[in-house]
Amino acid sequence: MAKKITDIQNSIIENFELFEDDMESILFYLMDLGKKLPAMPEEHKTEEFIVKGCQSKVWLYSSFVDGKVFFEADSNTEITKGLVSLLVEIWSGQTPEDILNSELFFIEKIGMSRMVGSQRSNGFTSMIKQIKMYALAYKTKL
Amino acid sequence: MNVAEINIKSIREKFPILHQKVNGKPLVYFDNAATTQKPQSVIDALNKYYTTDNANIHRAAHTLAARSTEMFEDTRKTIQAFINAKEAEECIFTKGVTESINIVAQTWGRKFLQAGDEVIITSMEHHSNIVPWQMICEEKGAILKVIPINDAGELLMDEYEKLLSPKTKMVACVWVSNALGTINPVKEIIEKAHSVGAKVLLDGAQACSHLDVDVQTLDCDFLAISSHKLYGPTGVGVLYGKRELLEAMPPYQSGGEMIKEVSFERTTYNEIPYKFEAGTPNIGDVIAFKHALDFINDLGKENIRNHENELLHYLINSLLALNETDVMSSGVETHNYASPQQPIKLIGTAKEKVSVQSFIIEGMHHFDVGMMLDARGIAVRTGHHCTQPLMNRLGLDGTVRASFSVYNTKEEIDVFIEAVRKLVKK
Ligand SMILES: Cc1ncc(COP(=O)(O)O)c(C=O)c1O
Repeated sequence: MAKKITDIQNSIIENFELFEDDMESILFYLMDLGKKLPAMPEEHKTEEFIVKGCQSKVWLYSSFVDGKVFFEADSNTEITKGLVSLLVEIWSGQTPEDILNSELFFIEKIGMSRMVGSQRSNGFTSMIKQIKMYALAYKTKL
Repeated sequence: MNVAEINIKSIREKFPILHQKVNGKPLVYFDNAATTQKPQSVIDALNKYYTTDNANIHRAAHTLAARSTEMFEDTRKTIQAFINAKEAEECIFTKGVTESINIVAQTWGRKFLQAGDEVIITSMEHHSNIVPWQMICEEKGAILKVIPINDAGELLMDEYEKLLSPKTKMVACVWVSNALGTINPVKEIIEKAHSVGAKVLLDGAQACSHLDVDVQTLDCDFLAISSHKLYGPTGVGVLYGKRELLEAMPPYQSGGEMIKEVSFERTTYNEIPYKFEAGTPNIGDVIAFKHALDFINDLGKENIRNHENELLHYLINSLLALNETDVMSSGVETHNYASPQQPIKLIGTAKEKVSVQSFIIEGMHHFDVGMMLDARGIAVRTGHHCTQPLMNRLGLDGTVRASFSVYNTKEEIDVFIEAVRKLVKK
């Protein structure tokens, strides 16, 4: 049984609280998290799996195994990659149902809410939408 | 006023927005090429207009209307003097540079361009001086030609001369590049264009806040200006055009103000500038714009330029010094994001420049650099700066750009350099 989405988000928030809203430390930490994201296999880093943003680009690949959705991801910018790694941590291995029903409250709590919303400049926002779309597609397959 | 007399501290006091913290750090605003901040006098003028003077202009007999009309026309006289146009009527109020260029492309272009004619632009144009010409060229079967640049970001004037021919009808050229800061040799460009009978439009978006503007000496046919890059409000710009050209051009939009007489059979058009100012204009912002021009005039362009140039050279030297000093041994905590040799690469190294500097940090995406600087309260622009063809020419997908105005200081540059140093590892 996968860890609950809410619990994972809460533990992420706890980790970020150590930085006491110091944005610079938060961003350095995000970049380090990005480095720990398992490398995405090159054969999945193709045009087909790009989630487009104006400045930062995200690659997102999904698979569906035993009723659970698994994600691989990467980004051309390190901060986005850090955020992407958190989404993978939260959503990879969950059921489509749980993904669709989840609310992302951690983004605001770690001071990164401006990273979502401006679709044009940021692949991260598009990635969130894309993940939910995959979840929906897998759900209808069930 | 001479150079020694400009007192940056007192200038900064006129800009309330500068005195705030961003992410817990004092704001360092280095995104002036995108838009400049506004002095209190401009903010007050806008407030006063809506508090005591608001009325629609040119159309009513009452006192408020007379007052607002007079103030509106006063800005026109001020911009006329600012660019040394022969007549105030040659200055048309628009929304900004983008609209000014579109007016020329859509009216002059539609009337005077024919199949096989050529329009010349440069490799360093902002999209707003590319797309309008592409559109009208496509419509008319005219051909768009592009003046190439060298790696420093300077126009290849020999290549320009080769492009010129009797087929050339328009040379539309950025005076100062927003991405690189390059000052183009517009006097020479204009003379050469005129020698083959072509007209010249200058995109003055970046030039007018830094350089002296004299449209009569330059002899340019059109000049496009945005107020918001000149310490004035957004939503206001100017299209300067020579009278005979503006008179020969058909109207752009139609409706109120631009007409002389309307019947259902026929409409005759108003005189310039009103022919191009259909509808109720952005009265309040136009009126406030005058106060921005007064601010610049009071300081003196030369003083502004001297200060900004000093900042530019200080920035360039400080950035380059990051390539030389052993950053590790300076004791500053560093992070391993950049490659070891020459981590900073300056983009745009023309001999003639305004206070705009683009650069990249090797191995680090410009978006990350922008976010990291913002975390320290520093506002810079990152990305392609609406100059994608230029970025392609330079083999980049974007840069980090710092751009200065008169209220910036060396102390701010020091803060900026410290932040960049932290991102760079020797
Ligand atoms: C060189 C240049 N041209 C045109 C523009 C467009 O100006 P506006 O958006 O005010 O119409 C800009 C603004 O970024 C610019 O820098």
